[in-house]
Parts: sequence; structure tokens; C-alpha cells
Amino acid sequence: MTTIDASALFPGRATGDDPAQEPAAAAPGQAGPSYLTDGTTVWSWIATTDHKRIGVMYFVTTVFALAMGGAFALLLRAEHLTPTRTIVDAYTYNRLFTMHGIVMVWLFMIPSIPAAFGNFLLPMMLGAKDVAFPRLNLLSYYIYLVGSIWVLVALWMGGCDTGWTFYTPYSAHSPSAVVPTVFGIFIVGWSTILTGMNFIVTTHTMRARGLGWFRMPLFVWAMYGTSIIQVLATPVLAISLAIVGVDHALDWGLFDPARGGDPVLYQHLFWFYSHPAVYIMILPAMGVISEVVPTFCHHNISSYKAIAYSTLGIAFVGFGTWGHHMFVAGISAFDAGAFGVLSMLVAIFSAIKVFTWVFTMRAGSIVLRTPLVYFFAFLFLFVFGGMTGVAVATQSLDVHWHDTYFVVAHFHFIMVGGTLTAWLAAIHYWFPKVTGKMYSERWATLGAVLVFGGFFLTFFPQFLLGNAGMPRRYYDYDPVYQPLHVASTIGAFILGAAMLLVCIVLVVAIFTGERASANPWDSRSYEWYAPSPPPKHNFDREPAFGRGPYDYAEPFAGAAEFEASPEAKAGTS
Amino acid sequence: MSVRAAAHFEDIERQEQAARLGMWVFLASEILFFAGLFALYFAYRSEHPRGFDLGIARNTIAWGSVNTAVLLVSSYTVALAVHELRRGKPVAAAWLVGVTVALGLCFLCVKTGEYLEHFREGIYPAGAGAFFAENDEPGIKMFFTLYFCMTGLHAIHVIVGMGVLVALLVRVLRGSIVPAASYPLAVGAVYWHLVDVIWIFLWPLFYLTPGGLQ
Repeated sequence: MTTIDASALFPGRATGDDPAQEPAAAAPGQAGPSYLTDGTTVWSWIATTDHKRIGVMYFVTTVFALAMGGAFALLLRAEHLTPTRTIVDAYTYNRLFTMHGIVMVWLFMIPSIPAAFGNFLLPMMLGAKDVAFPRLNLLSYYIYLVGSIWVLVALWMGGCDTGWTFYTPYSAHSPSAVVPTVFGIFIVGWSTILTGMNFIVTTHTMRARGLGWFRMPLFVWAMYGTSIIQVLATPVLAISLAIVGVDHALDWGLFDPARGGDPVLYQHLFWFYSHPAVYIMILPAMGVISEVVPTFCHHNISSYKAIAYSTLGIAFVGFGTWGHHMFVAGISAFDAGAFGVLSMLVAIFSAIKVFTWVFTMRAGSIVLRTPLVYFFAFLFLFVFGGMTGVAVATQSLDVHWHDTYFVVAHFHFIMVGGTLTAWLAAIHYWFPKVTGKMYSERWATLGAVLVFGGFFLTFFPQFLLGNAGMPRRYYDYDPVYQPLHVASTIGAFILGAAMLLVCIVLVVAIFTGERASANPWDSRSYEWYAPSPPPKHNFDREPAFGRGPYDYAEPFAGAAEFEASPEAKAGTS
Repeated sequence: MSVRAAAHFEDIERQEQAARLGMWVFLASEILFFAGLFALYFAYRSEHPRGFDLGIARNTIAWGSVNTAVLLVSSYTVALAVHELRRGKPVAAAWLVGVTVALGLCFLCVKTGEYLEHFREGIYPAGAGAFFAENDEPGIKMFFTLYFCMTGLHAIHVIVGMGVLVALLVRVLRGSIVPAASYPLAVGAVYWHLVDVIWIFLWPLFYLTPGGLQ
């Protein structure tokens, strides 16, 4: 395994190899211990209120969740190698796809970028020492952990076979462990709400002096929009799942037509949360991309306000789109039309972002590194998934594709293709900052290419399958579908192997990687003004907020940038 | 008299602003938590107007109204407590918080009495009980299931609010909430007001509108 010499990559930049040129702030040890070495006992981690350590704890936990959800996915794909039974029975198959969805959505994707990277980066990007409520932040982590363990207990009790949507009336009578499963998700939901509340308050009250709203890094805008959705949508899920739990445990029949209930109302409530929830997943991904693109193109983001406003646009319009999940559930033609049009508005806001990113690359000085490779994968998968999203928001087409593999492929392209690649981009982009080490660029790029290839091979055949009429969640299928199913399964295993490769490359880098300088990517964003890894209170010196986070117009002063006092910086800009 | 802010805050004003904003954001979340049940109420009432009207007629307006008065007075006493603490009278503030908690307890006693009365009449959630053998209509079953759900969830919030107020009372008595930085009590009071406001909506929906919503 080779590591690339950082000085060869960034000629003219100070690297860790040359202490004479090293900015003073970037030398851990000289400027006090880093957050990683400031207390090394187990207790100093589990009782920490440092947002960076909490972010790392979230990250490690979500990686385990991803591994578990991924293992379920591979079992599902292996089952579909043959049209009939391959490795598991039908009941186990139902529980596998349910638990795959639950683990991936609530234990991995929702906290993946917001809770892990948001915690680590948000205060740094605001020039703050910590989030507004550090102890509540730690409590949120433990609530998430307890909820996740509860879901595992539910799995041990036999799992749940309703699908991650818990549609009534089946969820009220399923013989599987519905109650512990929904209770686990209910607990995780409170963690999501408290994290969102913490981030909103942090953004409002913890910005450093001189850091106005339109000078915040765009990742902060993304986290802000995400937090609004977390705070306003999650409680509706909590109450809906609580009702499902009560219906199952006590048989109160709140969605039972014989006792005055209405199962369609459950679908309304569930999707009122669960559609905005996909923006909890994709908005942070867009925030990551908005950081990665300017950094590796060394070019000011072509329209800061377009990205910021479209983030809020998606956050708000996202609350008016839930009905597009119910085109065949018996909603009126007018409602269906309104929901279809509102859903397409999301595509407009998303397209504004896509064009802004692409325009940022124009006339940029592009340095192709692993995070940018993930951006290309993101761009392809997101645009492809987004276009099919507009298609399924059209009622006449959706009637044909509803509950087929086409929809499965669509939301995997957007949610997994978009969120997973951006999550990987975030890992590779901020890896030097979080760990203070550099990874092998060559191996990491290979990992990125394999992830994209595996992903595409997994889900592209599913578009074809769905269009040909293969329904989702079916255990047996017509043998004519087998070739495409086999292709999809091969892709899934390539994707799994690629994720394993990425994991190995990064773990090796933690132990044997070269030491990273404070700003290995030559970024202008504020978090890079801190040493790598940062000290407990983030900055040895106040970052230069006189300069915007994407100001690549003037040449970067390099080490002098770190030496300058905030006053001196404010004077020059 | 100046009060020191926590290490990660610039000053105590920022810290107070954060605490207040945090509570309001949390209350927004709480309102949407209840909104799910309100959605059920309105959807089902529009589907079964007659059953809901009959159900409301079974509830005692007097008890619902007494409880409304109790909660409104308690909101007043907790607001007065904040006012007294700001004026530098922690003892008066502590007494008023104590009265607020007592009124919360009073509310719960009345509510429990109402529940027991329903159980005596054979009215249980989920359409169980002798009452529904005679009144076998989906609407009235759903009305009482929702009645127990929504007033029960509200009662849980009353209990949580009382717990918050007791904790604040202890802090006022110990002198860890001082007049110069009285905001923790004000933030706790805002939560108590929410408990009150939710009841203000439950009161007409479960007691006052037996003739329909129009």
C-alpha cells in the first residue's frame, strides 16, 4: 500500500515534512494536545461533551449500522439469485427486507452525515468552541445508541416483517416483533429531534463575531435546513409509530375501519414524516458536495445564494410532497395532481444546485482527488435518480411503476447513490482534519470507482426489472427476470467488496498514514484554519472571518494566513 | 450583579438566548407530536360526525371547564413566579411555583375522577366495555379511543411539566437560579404554558361541541 507524498501533490504548500514552513497552528503538540489526545481514558470518551468526539462516536456507530444493513442487503440479493427459494424462507425474507430498511434509514442514513459530520464540523465552521447544548448533545448520542440497541433486541426477538413503512392494518396484527421495533425507532427519533434543535440554536447563537449568515459555509446551511425537517417531521413519525405500537400491543384499533379508523390516514401521517426524511438524508449530502466542489476546483462557488436558498426551498417544499407515495391509495385526482406538481418543485431546487456545482467547475483549477471522484459519482447517480423521480411524480407513469423495482431503483439512486457517495466524499475530504493522517490516494480512488461501478450494476438492472413489471418485496419471481436479478446481485457483492476496501484503506491510513498538514487540500473554508486534528476548543487562533469560505480570487497566503491575527485579516480584506 | 456564562458561550446573554430559542424549537416539535393525533381527530370526526357528537355529549362540561380554569390559573401563577424572581423575590417565586405544581396535581385528580366515571359507565378505549354493546357505532368507539389517547398524552405532559417545575423550584430554593439570570425558570414556564395551550384545544374538541364543529 502506497501513500502519496503530500508535498508532491501540493507544490508550494507547506507540509508536515518541513517543520520550517509549517504554520505554527498546524503543529499538534506545540499548541496543546489535540482533541484525540486530550484525555485518553475510556471515561474521557464516553462522558465527553466535546462535539468532535461525539461526532466520532456517532460515526463509528453508524458504520456498524451500515455494515449490518449492508449484510441484510447482501442476503436479500443472494436470495434473488434464483426465482424460488435460494437461502432463506419467505418469512425470513420479509423480515430481512424490513430490517434492512429500518437499519439503513433510521440507524444509518438519518444520523450518517448530520449527526456524525454535522457534530464535528458545525461548531468549527461557525468559529464556536462547541454546540449550544453540549450535554444535551451527549445525551442525544446515548438516546440514539439505546434506540439502536433496542432495534437489535427486536431483531433478536424475531424481527419485524411489515416493511419499513409499517402499513396498517397488517402492522397491527403481524405475528412478528412489531412493538419493540417501533419502540426502538421511537427512541432514535428523539435523538434526531434533539440534535436538530441543538444545531438550529447553535447556528443562531454560536456564530463567531464577524460571521454573518451569508458568510457561513454552505454545509452549515444544509445542516440548518436538515435540522428544521428533523424538528418538525420526526415528531409526526413518533406519534404515528406510537399509535402502531399501541394498536399492536393493546389492540386499540386506531386505524381499524371496524372501529371508526382509516388505514389511509396512517399512510398520510407516515409519509408526512418519511418524505421529508429523504431530505434529511439528501440535504446534508448536498452540503458536503457544496464544500468539496469549491475546494477541489479552487474556485468560488458560482452562486452562494442559489445554494443557500435552494436548501431552504427543498426543506419547505419537502413538507408538501408526501401524497406522491399514495397515488394508488385512493386520493383524489386533484390531490394527486397537486402533490405531483409540488414534488416536481423539489427537482427544480435540486437542479439549481446541480447547475451551480457544475458551473463552479468551469474555469476552476481542478485537482482530481478522491472526494471529487465521489462527487462525479454523486452527480451521475443524483441526476439519474432525480430524473426518474420526476417521472414517478407523474401520476400516469407512477400507476405503472408503483410498488415495482423501478421505484426501488429510483430511491436507491437518490437516497443511497446520493447520500452514500456524498458520505464517502465527506469521509475522504475531512479524514485529514478528523484523524490528522493522510490516506493512500490511489487506493481510495480505486475504492471510489468500485463503489460507483458496484452501485450502478446493482440498481440499474432494477430499473429495467421494475419497468418490465417485477413487483417489489416479492419472494418468488418469474424466471424471465432472473438474468437481471443475477446482474443486480453481482453488483451488490462488488459494492460490498468495494465498501470493505474503502474501510481497509482508511483504517490502514489511521495507523500508517502520513501526518496531515492543517490544510492539505488548500481549502479556504474555516474548519481548515484549525490544526489537524484540532485541539479541544477547535482553534488556537480565531479564523480569518474577514474572508469568505470560498474566496479563491486572491492567492492563498499559505502559512501567513494562519499567522495573521483576526484584526489584521479584517483590515486586509 | 453579573453571572458567568458556560465556557463555550461568549456571555450570559447569548446563553440565555440559546436556552429560550432551544425551548421554542422544542415546543414546535411537541406541537407536531400532538398534531398527529389532532389529524386523526379531525379526519375521523368528519367521517363520523354523529358518533363524535354523541360521544361529546357523554362528557361532563363542568369537569372539563373546571380543569380549564385550573390550568389557566396555573399558567398565571407560573408567569407571576418568573416576574417575582426578576424583581428579586425568590421566596415569593418559589411559593408561586409551588402553587403551580399543586394546581397541576389538582388537574390530574379531576382527570382521574373523570376516567373512573367513564370506566364505571363501561367506557374503555378501543370500543371495549358494556357501553359500546348498546352503542355499537364505529364513530363513538373511535371518539372515546381518541379521548383516552389525547387526554392521556396530555396528562403525561402535565406530569412531565410538574417534574420540570419541581426541579426548578429546588434550584430557586438552593439559590442556583438568581434574579440576574432567571431565564431557566422562564424557559420552564414556557413549557408549562404549552401544556396549558394544548388543553385549550382539547377542551372544545372533547367537551364543548356536541352540536358539531360548524
